[in-house]
Amino acid sequence: MIETLTYEFPANEGVRQRAHVGVVASGNCEILLEPAVDGRSAIVVRTSVSGFGGTWQAVLARFFARNPVAVQIEINDFGATPAVVSLRLEQALESAR
Amino acid sequence: MSLLLAESFAERSARDRARALLDAQSFRELLDPFQRIASPYLEAQGVVPQSDDGTVVARGTIGGVRACVVATDGRFLGGSIGEIGGAKIAGALELARRDAERGTPTRLVLALDTGGIRLQEANLAILTVSEICDGIVALRELMPVVALIAGRVGVYGGLSLSTALCSQIIVSEGARVGLNGPDVVETESGIDEMDSSDRPLIWRVTGGQLRFRQGFATELVSDDVAVIRAAVERAFEEPRELGPLVPQPFPDPRLERDAFLRAMEIEP
Repeated sequence: MIETLTYEFPANEGVRQRAHVGVVASGNCEILLEPAVDGRSAIVVRTSVSGFGGTWQAVLARFFARNPVAVQIEINDFGATPAVVSLRLEQALESAR
Repeated sequence: MSLLLAESFAERSARDRARALLDAQSFRELLDPFQRIASPYLEAQGVVPQSDDGTVVARGTIGGVRACVVATDGRFLGGSIGEIGGAKIAGALELARRDAERGTPTRLVLALDTGGIRLQEANLAILTVSEICDGIVALRELMPVVALIAGRVGVYGGLSLSTALCSQIIVSEGARVGLNGPDVVETESGIDEMDSSDRPLIWRVTGGQLRFRQGFATELVSDDVAVIRAAVERAFEEPRELGPLVPQPFPDPRLERDAFLRAMEIEP
């Protein structure tokens, strides 16, 4: 069954524009990234693979430790591995900056 | 053209395919992913939705003329058409018809890459396919309606019916066009009828080259953005007639195997 996870991280850097990357296909995910107004980042993950909340927390924590950007992120996941998720996040940020 | 120099169309996402078909800098998406018009039915059935429902509608120009490209993404649920994606396509056809009637034609390209209707939304999806067929029949009275089948999936199921109604049908060598997909044929009629793991066989009976030779398509193209762009522009400026249907001998794998063995000087 689908699991919906939410996360929040403190953030202070801004981004220029919104970005859309990826696709909901096997081993892949879609990311919608938009600038946030308040100094924090909010992430909503919808995933077809349940039980990996800790892994998502770790992947996102590492991303925001390196890039403290204030953004709203929505991820539609179809079984992407942590490496694929990290690359998609970097790709989205690069498009938004 | 050398494979290395060709810029692949099939390897692009639906959005990038639409961008590639429209004149440079003219791409403007309607109902983009941030509008979040995704399928409301999938999550309840345990399937993660995509924010554009796998269908991209983009305005712009083709050859300097107002245009609209509809592109489906074969990677999301096999490019299946649900209620939202189907409504986007039917809506684009309706607006193009109104434009043509007003004397300001919009060139409409259906860049389809789809396994057909989405079974999770079966009835609603079938309804949109009938609306799409209606839209194509009405628009082709006024101007060419171009179907471009140049993706990895091709076109199967209900949307293959819609494709057949288009007045200009461009297929690539790598694409496939058929009503029932290979898996469906194997399940329904047995592995003797169709072995869905036999890729050469699938392309020999539903591949773009065969469909063109049979008279089901107006143009055959290679997987090259420049070649495909030129073919799309030509389809509007010098539309072609579909030739008569030409029956092609059904390839019998056993005969081919025997011929191969004889060529190897082995008695089959």
